[in-house]
Amino acid sequence: MMLYRLPRPQGLAAPYTPERNAVTGNGSGDSRDKAERFREAALPYLDDLYTLARYLLHDPADAEDAVQECYLRALRYFDTFRGSAIKPWLFAILRNVCRGEFARRSRAALTMDVEGGEDEDAAPMWQEPQLSPEMGMLHQRDAETIRRLVAELPDPFREAIVLREINDLSYREIADIVGVPVGTVMSRLARARSMLRQAWIAEEGTSR
Amino acid sequence: MTCNEAEILLHALLDGELDAGNAHQVETHVERCPRCAPQLRAYRELQQAMPVAQLRFTAPASLRRRIEKTLPAAPQRASSRRSVLKGFVMGTALSTAMAATLVVAVFRTDQDQRVLGDIVSAHVRSLQADHLTDVRTSDQHTVKPWFNGKVNIAPPVVDLTAKGFMLLGGRLDYIDGQVVASIVYRRRTHVINVFVAQGAASEAREAKLQTMQGFNIQRWNARGLEFFAISDINVEELREFVEKFEAALHSNSET
Repeated sequence: MMLYRLPRPQGLAAPYTPERNAVTGNGSGDSRDKAERFREAALPYLDDLYTLARYLLHDPADAEDAVQECYLRALRYFDTFRGSAIKPWLFAILRNVCRGEFARRSRAALTMDVEGGEDEDAAPMWQEPQLSPEMGMLHQRDAETIRRLVAELPDPFREAIVLREINDLSYREIADIVGVPVGTVMSRLARARSMLRQAWIAEEGTSR
Repeated sequence: MTCNEAEILLHALLDGELDAGNAHQVETHVERCPRCAPQLRAYRELQQAMPVAQLRFTAPASLRRRIEKTLPAAPQRASSRRSVLKGFVMGTALSTAMAATLVVAVFRTDQDQRVLGDIVSAHVRSLQADHLTDVRTSDQHTVKPWFNGKVNIAPPVVDLTAKGFMLLGGRLDYIDGQVVASIVYRRRTHVINVFVAQGAASEAREAKLQTMQGFNIQRWNARGLEFFAISDINVEELREFVEKFEAALHSNSET
């Protein structure tokens, strides 16, 4: 299912050392060219990656560390990148970082990490119970409120809606990043939107 | 199509993920279905109400610097088309006390390092962001007045095209807590940024060449201003640039 050759999460948890880095390990012209190519290809996505990390990890300091670790791994494995789009590749690495050591470190992620729950993936998507969205208008809320509502969604649903709505990735790209079938992406998005809409409406109820 | 199917697929419809045939099926079902039609409306409303731009975060500058620091230095020879746009001139103006009295430079080393670090960061940032110049012209008489009212100094701008350094334009930048003028030149594919800032009046210092993260930086004082020229060109060419820059200024002031 995976289109991208991803670094193995476990093997990469070791602390980064320059000596282990194939790119920075020597100062030859080739590696400098490679570093420059990496810089030009990967750095423009810094804000995108940081955004995903903020939603996945909650804690801003953890998010910064995760993004930095993501860039270190991506640089180290830049040689293995064969796809045409580097953005989903970087996202997949960042997700591995966030789901790896940072998930264990982050209290928030620990309590909310329901990922890989068998029941959720095993159920045929057509039979997922859909919360029926309440009718009525959604009133505009400030971005801070919406950020919080998104942040409060359970893990896999939060991830799906952030990748789709905020990072603007396609179902195919999300499926590859998360490592689930496209159908699961679709059903998670449906659940995520249903929950978000309900929370949004409930928020308005409490604020009035 | 059943409602259960449509409930899921309408999200794919909203996200533009369905081909024409499937989109038509979902639309046909939703149109006639009193249960699904309000749902499509509700989720379309939700999608439109999301303030997506404001839900994004911007990475802190400190994180960007941390990451850039871990990357190998930029190559000595620039090769890409974009490299033409690379280069800043950073000037932090140091005022020269022209009196020949020997004044001990009182800048603390760590402050010097911070200023240099700022200059390298600004240089790299300008190359990356396709934001080399705010005013883009090779006419020195356009660049110089452009700075009026934007910085508290009148940075000298000279055209050195005939001397092998092409004037690309000017830019504002931010070094060590102050707005500085950047004058941007190009030598072949290399960009040279000259940063000009107001100098501290009591300090005089010798021209000094330093290297940081692979960039050569020449720092000097003149006419109450502090100059920093930074580039990835080699040391000799950077020296030559500074000499020609100063010589051109000198001859301008005489005429």
